[in-house]
Amino acid sequence: MTEIFVLAEHRQGQIRDITFEMLTKGRELAEKTNSDLTAVLLGKEVKDQAKTLSEYAKKVLPVEDAKLENFNSEAYQKVLSSIINKHKPLLTMIGHTSFGVDLAPSLATTLKLPLATDCIDLEFEGEVLFITRQMYGGKVNVKATAHKAEGYIVTIRQAAFEAQKPAVNGEIIEEPSPITEEITKKRFVEYVLPPPGGVDITAADVLVGVGRGIKDESNMPGMEELANSLGAVLACSRPIVDKGWLSNDRQVGSSGKTVKPKAYIALGISGAFQHVLGMKNSDLIIAVNKDANAPIFSFSDYGVVEDLFKIVPPLKSKIYELKGRKA
Amino acid sequence: MKQLIAEIIWELRAKWTEKVIIMNGNLLFRGKERLDIIVCVKHVPETAEAEIKIDATGKAIEKTGLVFDINEWDDYALEEAVRIKEKLGGTVTAVTVGSKDADSTLRKCLARGADKAIRLTDAKFEGSDSFAIAKILCSVIKGLSSDLILTGALAGDDGYTMVGPILAEMLEITHATMVKKIELGNSVVKVNRELEGGLEEIVEVKLPAVLTVQTGINEPRYVSILGIRKAMKKEIKTLSLADIDLSENDVGEAGSWVKIEKMFVPPVEKQAEFIKGTPEEIATKIAEIIKSRGLI
Repeated sequence: MTEIFVLAEHRQGQIRDITFEMLTKGRELAEKTNSDLTAVLLGKEVKDQAKTLSEYAKKVLPVEDAKLENFNSEAYQKVLSSIINKHKPLLTMIGHTSFGVDLAPSLATTLKLPLATDCIDLEFEGEVLFITRQMYGGKVNVKATAHKAEGYIVTIRQAAFEAQKPAVNGEIIEEPSPITEEITKKRFVEYVLPPPGGVDITAADVLVGVGRGIKDESNMPGMEELANSLGAVLACSRPIVDKGWLSNDRQVGSSGKTVKPKAYIALGISGAFQHVLGMKNSDLIIAVNKDANAPIFSFSDYGVVEDLFKIVPPLKSKIYELKGRKA
Repeated sequence: MKQLIAEIIWELRAKWTEKVIIMNGNLLFRGKERLDIIVCVKHVPETAEAEIKIDATGKAIEKTGLVFDINEWDDYALEEAVRIKEKLGGTVTAVTVGSKDADSTLRKCLARGADKAIRLTDAKFEGSDSFAIAKILCSVIKGLSSDLILTGALAGDDGYTMVGPILAEMLEITHATMVKKIELGNSVVKVNRELEGGLEEIVEVKLPAVLTVQTGINEPRYVSILGIRKAMKKEIKTLSLADIDLSENDVGEAGSWVKIEKMFVPPVEKQAEFIKGTPEEIATKIAEIIKSRGLI
């Protein structure tokens, strides 16, 4: 029987959400292709995690080795290429995360199996693997096919699938570690925690999120004033932090914080998925962007297609006016 | 204890195999006096702020009217390469796969401080995904001296996030992706990799290595007019399929892992209600919506 592999991602003892999301999609694919769903788990001591995964997959293959204590693409690649060569799964699913993107491309190269990255959907039609992914920062989707092979590797975008808990009592089958030599090319040193920030954007009721559309640092005070008028906190998408206009404790998105304010006002944010991931569950989202096709509008309650600099000044006056009335 | 011994062995091995010599306080990289850096760049349309349309083939976007420039992530990679060269000495060579238009991106690299530029170009490269592109890049890079290869963590157009590590595997060297900080030692490079949720990890990687750079690692400099003028005089070497050891089947769609079948507008998750009117009217409506939620 063929198998569908899901590589369990865990960090500091915790299984990460992407794992359960992949297991959910993997189960659907396994049923359709008449395959077994197998979770592959690499680590130093992973008995507890293996137990958890056995509630989600038919088989769990834990590989324990001191060299697998922390994620290391060199060590992971050695183990996975050995297990994939042995089991020949139809499909191996890996998270499109910092760990996944460090591992999957070189793993696929060494195994000579095609890789499709950052997939948001997958399906087999006969023997052909169709994948859906995004291009141009989420402005378009593409449906693509993977080059025909005996097995495929994919990386899956975070939050592309909603994790569901099935009624499964899977079997745990320990795999011996195939690592015989020292890992010499790459060494994990330590984790670096983000510096404690002065602002906690996750605690704010109202956030004014600013993005690339701000254009110039000289426009930042105007945005700060708008936030002040609302008693809101200023947050931002990645380009603003990259440019050094705001510190990274203000960044919303996959590499920043996940927020769920009562209102999120997105100004000049196009809505690349990395940002959307961090704010789409806000109670109310109002987006202002001059590009009518900006992906942000697909996640917003209200949209304004207009130059944000034309909207911000009257909006600020209106808010003060309303506050005046209230007072 | 076991861990400590493993670390010592690791260190010794790295030192021994690299035959590192430190003289007069200067680093000698892998026994050489200068560091050769290669930067792989891509010429892409700027789409973050632009309205884009799907073209008649239904498999690509309409390119006319779009402004092309160096891929944003590659821009940071190039800047990082030039900074390392300025600090430690060495050479920077920019390599791209693309048509004649991509020369403007290579000129930018030269103006920024790259010493040499190579463009791989052939009609047969059309339809190549990142796997095929990595093969093409590898075919030329393997013939060059390189201690460090830098490229962007991803490309803003296709977002595959894979050229760097594939290239490393083909060159039989190691890699680190999503790099936010680079600290060079004499035989190893210590990097900070960006993880999710603001966390980073520090990883030590043996040289030579491929590092893929995340945006925000530095602040790319502006290019002076003098710099651009000087760069116009520098040569851009071009190579075609006939000049490299790949066949037609290795490149383009035939040599790719992924083939685009159709492009379409993403389905909406939540249909936004569009507020229309004059800026005044729009501002009033937004303020009222916020007020109705009890937030003013």
